[in-house]
Amino acid sequence: MKTCKRLAALAGVLLFGCAVARAEPVKVGIIGPFSGPFSSFGEGWKAAIDAYQKLHGKTAGGQDIELIFRDLTGPNPSEAKALAQELIIKNKVQYIGGVVFTPNAFAIAPVVEEAKIPTVIFNAATSSVLEKSKYFVRTSYTLPQITVPIARFMLDEGVRSVVTMVSDYAPGADAEASFVKTFEAGGGKVIEKVRVPLKTTDFGPFLQRVKGSAPQALFIFFPGGPPSYGVIKAYKDNDLRSTGIRLFGTSEADEKDLPAIGDAALGLESGMFYSGAHDSASNSEFVAALKAVAPAAVANATALEGFDGMAAIYHMIEATKGQRDPDAAMAAIRGFAWESPRGPVRIDPESRHIVQNVYIRKVEKDADGKLFHKEFKTYEQQPDFGRADPK
Amino acid sequence: MTLFASILIDGMAYAMILFMITVGLSITLGLMHVVNMAHGAFAMLGGFAAVELMSRLGLRFEPALVIAVLATALVSVPIERVVISRIYGRPELDQALLTIGLAFVAIALVNLWLGASFSSIDLPARLSGPVDLGFRSFPRHRVAVIVLGCAISVALWLFIGRSRFGIRLRAAVDNPGIAESVGINTTLLYSMTFAIGAGLAALGGIAGAELLPMEANYPIKYMVLFLAVVAVGGQGTLFGTFLAALLLGVVDTASKYLLPDLASISFYLTMLVALALRPQGLLGRKDAA
Repeated sequence: MKTCKRLAALAGVLLFGCAVARAEPVKVGIIGPFSGPFSSFGEGWKAAIDAYQKLHGKTAGGQDIELIFRDLTGPNPSEAKALAQELIIKNKVQYIGGVVFTPNAFAIAPVVEEAKIPTVIFNAATSSVLEKSKYFVRTSYTLPQITVPIARFMLDEGVRSVVTMVSDYAPGADAEASFVKTFEAGGGKVIEKVRVPLKTTDFGPFLQRVKGSAPQALFIFFPGGPPSYGVIKAYKDNDLRSTGIRLFGTSEADEKDLPAIGDAALGLESGMFYSGAHDSASNSEFVAALKAVAPAAVANATALEGFDGMAAIYHMIEATKGQRDPDAAMAAIRGFAWESPRGPVRIDPESRHIVQNVYIRKVEKDADGKLFHKEFKTYEQQPDFGRADPK
Repeated sequence: MTLFASILIDGMAYAMILFMITVGLSITLGLMHVVNMAHGAFAMLGGFAAVELMSRLGLRFEPALVIAVLATALVSVPIERVVISRIYGRPELDQALLTIGLAFVAIALVNLWLGASFSSIDLPARLSGPVDLGFRSFPRHRVAVIVLGCAISVALWLFIGRSRFGIRLRAAVDNPGIAESVGINTTLLYSMTFAIGAGLAALGGIAGAELLPMEANYPIKYMVLFLAVVAVGGQGTLFGTFLAALLLGVVDTASKYLLPDLASISFYLTMLVALALRPQGLLGRKDAA
């Protein structure tokens, strides 16, 4: 009899143990470019996600978290939709994260809306993205969010005449529009609005033209990589600074590109939500964790988007104890505030967009001769200024 | 007047870079009748080799440039022997498919080796920054590129026009069958020409890295640009390529100064007009078109 009872107890323990071990992990799908020309996004996110899990563990709300990565190399709406469907139907994910390009975000919106999958947009920075699904939440930025503070800063600095120069594509037009609106409303004068073709390789002539119109400052918006390199280099080589034309930008000299741009970037002033050199305990922790999991990774805006995207996903999993309850998860993320490596941030309950500080920085050299963005002024808790109707 | 000179100098510099990168493509196209879509890969190879030699081995700019150019030329020989030589005389589609495949291989290799970010070449102080030419300051690098481009053009012109190698080369372009039957070793000639073309592409890639910085996608990203110069110039002609590069470079630059909104279309419009008037290219021969 005794033996029987013991056996039964043992069986019970084994059964219980098995039941716990067999609890389904919470599955999270990450869609991003992990190969191809935009793979720096995917690589940065992957490193940041690893760093997040190193700091916060691989469980949340008592549940294991399983990440499923899906490669989407560029703007490709139909493939974006197919990947989202596959993640939801076949892999049974509870959350989706990632998405670099706005058209891809638009394409997956109806899918996540129908399946009720809370989706954290790590990048896709067009204001209207979040209107496409009530299950979207975003941890990056929008162009108006950072160009409005930089326009205000330039006005504060006494700059009254500028030339704007942007890459001729949708984000460039957005940056130009919100900059010009704010700058003119503050009494500034925009002498000329130059739109540079996306395929431009030689920026010298454009910069010479700006030199000819002799504004007090040049405001630029260019995608990272070769175009930003070209325009910053041309600004230096054509000697605009010595004629008194200051250069203001946004995200042009990303930490990843800074070594390639080199000393030409010195003195560039910009407005952005994150500098790898941001001085806070939270950022030091982030940078150290990133270095530990991926020595080649760079602490830049891309990595941070992924890191904070994970913070949002972990928060939703904790709030729902890992159970599938999309509406409770969304209710938890609206208004969620936390200390990010970029500073204090919160998710605006209305728009589901991140509200954050925008820092004005200047490129300088540190003691080791390494270029970095030195933050010297903060515009606190900036919302997305680009919403058509901020209800 | 200042504007005119500005357009001329900036345009010339751009043109010289295009010329150096594409002249090899034009000559191999004229000689071997191979459309080498992977030509840009040699420019990229040279550029990255220079970057790596300087950053990892701490070489100065000049020796790094020489080694990178020679290394690229050397690497191109087995590629020509083993891969490209198999498609001589094959239909153009086969050639395009194979060489595009090569370009993709080069892209994947660079991605694996250096990742997706881009690199620039650190120019020594005497080649960077602005230089005052009296009426206006120019990037010193531009002036150096113009001098280099002109020197290369003259050297090539003398080499092809005067040297024994040049005479054989021209004979083989004119009539490969007869050239071979009078005892010209066309296999060797092809290899050498291909290597010279690759080396020049590397030189152009390094000299032009300020405008076309090195990145894994380089061969595909600028392929249309390079092919446009060759198409407008006419295949196999040194001067045709030179004139085409000059025309496209100066028109592109002029429109950036004068009509920035039309800057992207003017390049292709020029190409369209040039090819409508002379489908065989500016200096190409009718039968070659």
